[in-house]
Amino acid sequence: MSNDARTEIRTFITTKFPDVTFSDEEDIFALGFVNSLFAMELVMFIEKAFGTRIPNEELHLGNFRSVALMADLVARQTSAAVG
Amino acid sequence: MTNVGVVGAGVMGTGVAQDLAHHGHRVVLVDNNADALDEALAKIELDCRMSRMLGGPAIDAEAVLAQITVGTSLDLLAETEVVIENITENWDLKSALYKQMDVACKADTVFVANTSAIPITKIGALTSRPDKVMGVHFMNPVPMKTACEFIPGYHTSEQTKDTVRALLDSIGKKAIPVNDASGFVSNRVLMLTVNEAAFLVHEGVADAKTVDEVFRSCFGHPMGPLETADLIGVDTILYSVEVLYEQFNDSKYRPCPLLKKMTDAGLHGRKSGKGFYTYQSMG
Repeated sequence: MSNDARTEIRTFITTKFPDVTFSDEEDIFALGFVNSLFAMELVMFIEKAFGTRIPNEELHLGNFRSVALMADLVARQTSAAVG
Repeated sequence: MTNVGVVGAGVMGTGVAQDLAHHGHRVVLVDNNADALDEALAKIELDCRMSRMLGGPAIDAEAVLAQITVGTSLDLLAETEVVIENITENWDLKSALYKQMDVACKADTVFVANTSAIPITKIGALTSRPDKVMGVHFMNPVPMKTACEFIPGYHTSEQTKDTVRALLDSIGKKAIPVNDASGFVSNRVLMLTVNEAAFLVHEGVADAKTVDEVFRSCFGHPMGPLETADLIGVDTILYSVEVLYEQFNDSKYRPCPLLKKMTDAGLHGRKSGKGFYTYQSMG
């Protein structure tokens, strides 16, 4: 699940920013090619693509800084829904 | 707490309604398009949820939405003390609306025009209450901006200014007074900048990303002019430039043909999912 989520999230970002290279662990905000408004797009994408509603306590930039952190967030939401 | 009517559920009206409701005011949000009202409520909920993530305070979306009533009839404005108008920057539409609002509202209701470029005195003349009409040019996104232009018309009374200033104070907005002239201060400069940036793309001098990169990297601006255009709305930019052109009859305000084509094609920026850039849509 986590790897699939990583792939989907990475595809979403690289479709928007095809010229940028970054690892799954790198802070995309620190790299400077996205701003905080893009965070809103990321939330909307993740909620739509993975059929989840991210709870308020998880809505902070720390969860969206890298592909890996976003995939972890998706995994937590998915396991919470199953469990 | 004030009963405030907000007319027009586009980008600005939605932001104004959210900000007022967040600060405890009762809000009646009116738009002749029911779908726009649904979208406005969805946008307000999302913005409240996202507030902390974007560097703002944590906001209880349900509490904010509970302060807002929506509807398609101007009759809902009957009990409001202040009405803030935010409809499309089009003189014919505004002209018809203010005459209807003049009938639908109490005689002492204050009208605030949140216009980008139309003179306030001209709007006041549409009503039987020019002393109770004034302009406030809110900035986008409204809940995140801490200042606005504060524009009395020729006949605006001191009492009206005090009422509006107090309302702005209550939502944490610094009112910067400027005199009444088309475009005021901000849009007289900003709209021409965006229009000229669009010309650069139109003429092939640089693509949108490059134009914005110059402003970001060379001038240190947080956003370039075409990202700003997408945030404001490409259609709103065009209408504002057209108003400046009509008001001053000066060719320096000629609208860029690319803005016209994008507006006709529905490429209105963030709110439509595509403008100079492409965005993840809300739908």
